[in-house]
Amino acid sequence: MDENLKKQLKIFACKARIGAIEGIYCAKAGHPGGSLSICDLLSYLYNVEMNVDPKNPHDPKRDRLVLSKGHAAPALYATLALKGYFPVEDLKTLRKSDSYLQGHPNMNKVPGIDMSTGSLGQGISCAVGMALGGKIDKEDYRVYTILGDGEIEEGQVWEAAMFAGNHHLDNLTAFVDYNGLQIDGSIEEVNSAYPIAEKFAAFKWNTIEIDGHDFDAIKKAVDDAKACKGMPTAVIMKTVKGKGVSYMENAVNWHGAAPNEELYNKAMDELKSALVELEA
Amino acid sequence: MADVIKTATRDAYGKALIELGHEDKNIIVMDSDLAEATRTGKFKKEFPDRFFDSGIAEADMMCIAAGLAATGHTVFASSFAMFAAGRAFEQIRNSIAYPNLNVKIGATHAGISVGEDGASHQCCEDIALMRSIPNMVILNPADDIEARLCVLAAAKHDGPVYMRFGRLAVPRVFDENYNFEIGKGNVLVDGTDVTIIATGLMVNEALIAAENLKADGISARVVNMATIKPIDSDIIVDSVKKTGAVVTAEEHNIIGGLGSAVAEVVCEKCPAPVLRVGVEDVFGRSGPAVELLHIYGLDAAHIEEKAKEAIKLK
Repeated sequence: MDENLKKQLKIFACKARIGAIEGIYCAKAGHPGGSLSICDLLSYLYNVEMNVDPKNPHDPKRDRLVLSKGHAAPALYATLALKGYFPVEDLKTLRKSDSYLQGHPNMNKVPGIDMSTGSLGQGISCAVGMALGGKIDKEDYRVYTILGDGEIEEGQVWEAAMFAGNHHLDNLTAFVDYNGLQIDGSIEEVNSAYPIAEKFAAFKWNTIEIDGHDFDAIKKAVDDAKACKGMPTAVIMKTVKGKGVSYMENAVNWHGAAPNEELYNKAMDELKSALVELEA
Repeated sequence: MADVIKTATRDAYGKALIELGHEDKNIIVMDSDLAEATRTGKFKKEFPDRFFDSGIAEADMMCIAAGLAATGHTVFASSFAMFAAGRAFEQIRNSIAYPNLNVKIGATHAGISVGEDGASHQCCEDIALMRSIPNMVILNPADDIEARLCVLAAAKHDGPVYMRFGRLAVPRVFDENYNFEIGKGNVLVDGTDVTIIATGLMVNEALIAAENLKADGISARVVNMATIKPIDSDIIVDSVKKTGAVVTAEEHNIIGGLGSAVAEVVCEKCPAPVLRVGVEDVFGRSGPAVELLHIYGLDAAHIEEKAKEAIKLK
């Protein structure tokens, strides 16, 4: 990948992290850990890959993204705001009773949200339905969905995987945010659905394992998924939960908690200095 | 009376889907391995490219239907009431009703009249479950004529609809001129002493009860209430004003179904006695459908009894 493009993608992801943390801090609630871990993926998808137009968010021919791990909404909202779907300033209204930015994505309230999600395990099935819709209508749009590695403990994920594999939905790519942590502890401690790639492969999926913070690897995975015919693709992305904020990284207690003022300032200092460094 | 036509409402569902399939290429039908029993198999034969089977995975089916609806399709998703409203309740709530998507749930084998399969398959809780979900419309037709019209109306309605069909062949109540509208009940027999508000296969029993009550000098009004939600409060209030007492009749738990919906309106707008005929908060059992309907009090005789009680309470 072109180094300048990579730099722009990193800058965008850093800004998305700032937007996500600002929103969670203002709301005094939210899920920072799993939001920060997917910002690099969202930066790549919305800036390079996806055929979307913030001015025409309901274009029937657009690519779609279903955030199956809906609690990472702050990252997606920040991404959409930075792309111009709605004002960046509104990110501070996250989870407020008079805001359209609901705690979990709502497709009828937030421009750019393609599916209402939040209840884990359901988003991937909805994405399967959209991919099937594209096949029925002979449209060439692609459908992306992002799952948590805790989320795949839900049995419905594997019902969806079974259907997508059997129906050869090669217009569907599912990313698994493999950060190793869920609310109650590490995935291994709680009730692991590992190994992930082998399970998707068993359901007739193409599988790719990458570092979810490496833009070259993300690009290659997305390109390989598009090139793969007759099978949906699962991209298992090894990520760092809380990526970009030192005290949140790999820390299970930052799954679903907002920082206090002191820690918020520390997070902002870290992210803003990272941004300055990237923009230098 | 020997020539009364008897048809299961599920049969009318299957036929109406084919009618819709010819009219509108945007109609998709899904099932979860019950296509023969729910009668969606006929659609599958006619339109194989627009039929999808999730296998025994109702939760997945509901959300796939939601995704299809989000890409502009009108999707009929079918299973038994137990597994549609029961198993997939939360998928219907969060992925269909919350985003207000065009998924029409065709729930067959509702109620005690499933018969021999027994309690595990006799869903008498589905109306209560679906009624508590915002945006949901609930239709429970009385015969094949009404079932067909419910399916056509559901397809035109913008948003989710739960349609409740039965396995048992039931007598035809309406003629071909019947005009169905979502949200409107209709008076089948006028009367002055008591109103019987019935839904589904209990409508025919209500008509028999009204006829029998005449012999006892009781004039009973009979109201057909195919739309359980939104409930037609005007017809309920009007009936109470004219008769002063109500009996509801449904093949569902007396908790949370038509009886509750009617009682809510009566309590708030025109207090009067409301007695409920339905499954009295118990599980069913195996047995021939018609026999079970009598065992659980889902018949004209029980409606007549309750009507007399209701009049005494006036």
